[in-house]
Amino acid sequence: MQLRYFAWVREKVGFDAEEIDLPETVTTVAGLLDWLAARDDAHAAAFADRGTIRVALDQMHVEHDAPLTGAREAAFFPPMTGG
Amino acid sequence: MSPHSPSPIGSDETRTNSAGITVRIQAEDFDAGREIAALTEGNGNAGAVVTFTGLCRDEDGRLAALELEHYPGMAEAEITRIAEEACRRWPLGGLTVIHRHGRIVPGANIVLVVAVSRHRRAAFEAAEFLMDYLKTRAPFWKKEHLRDGGDGGWVDARDSDTRDADRWTAARPVDP
Repeated sequence: MQLRYFAWVREKVGFDAEEIDLPETVTTVAGLLDWLAARDDAHAAAFADRGTIRVALDQMHVEHDAPLTGAREAAFFPPMTGG
Repeated sequence: MSPHSPSPIGSDETRTNSAGITVRIQAEDFDAGREIAALTEGNGNAGAVVTFTGLCRDEDGRLAALELEHYPGMAEAEITRIAEEACRRWPLGGLTVIHRHGRIVPGANIVLVVAVSRHRRAAFEAAEFLMDYLKTRAPFWKKEHLRDGGDGGWVDARDSDTRDADRWTAARPVDP
């Protein structure tokens, strides 16, 4: 699965994209956030305040309880400030 | 290339569909007058055009520039989804949305919405709906660069923007 990070989430993680092998036990967005935060300090810092993290699967907004079924790309970012 | 490119040539991505929706995500500037003309020329049923242009403020002289980061691909896709929803809610004769990215200085354009309809109310409401949803759902993030050379950090999302978008959830579309 391709992971992408934007804005301050990208800065805290330290890079803008990575490829991961998704463990079979990780089945939801919330599960993926937990798994990533447990991997290293940078991800833990980026995802410290889970409630502020917005997530897109295959470029569609989703909630944290969304299943990862079939998703090829997950993106993590702060609340948006366009316009 | 000219900062006022009259055509989508040079934009990062352009989507135009059969409903008359055009969405452009681009680094270069746009010209609102040209975009209005492009939507209304030869469109005999265009009785109302509403445009909204969002500019970069200098925040009382504090700001040197904004850096707009975006999610390529999703930015076009999400704004197109919002525009398609607007076309379901209101009887529009055309809709153009342009959002810039990259470094933008105070006074410069950031975003443009042009809505065309037979009568004014649909165009007014659709343009406002577009902006309210774009603020909270289009994947763009603003970072401030200060005039004193400092890094102003990432702009925080405003709760009022979320409330502005939420009010459309209960709103019913106007009659054609």
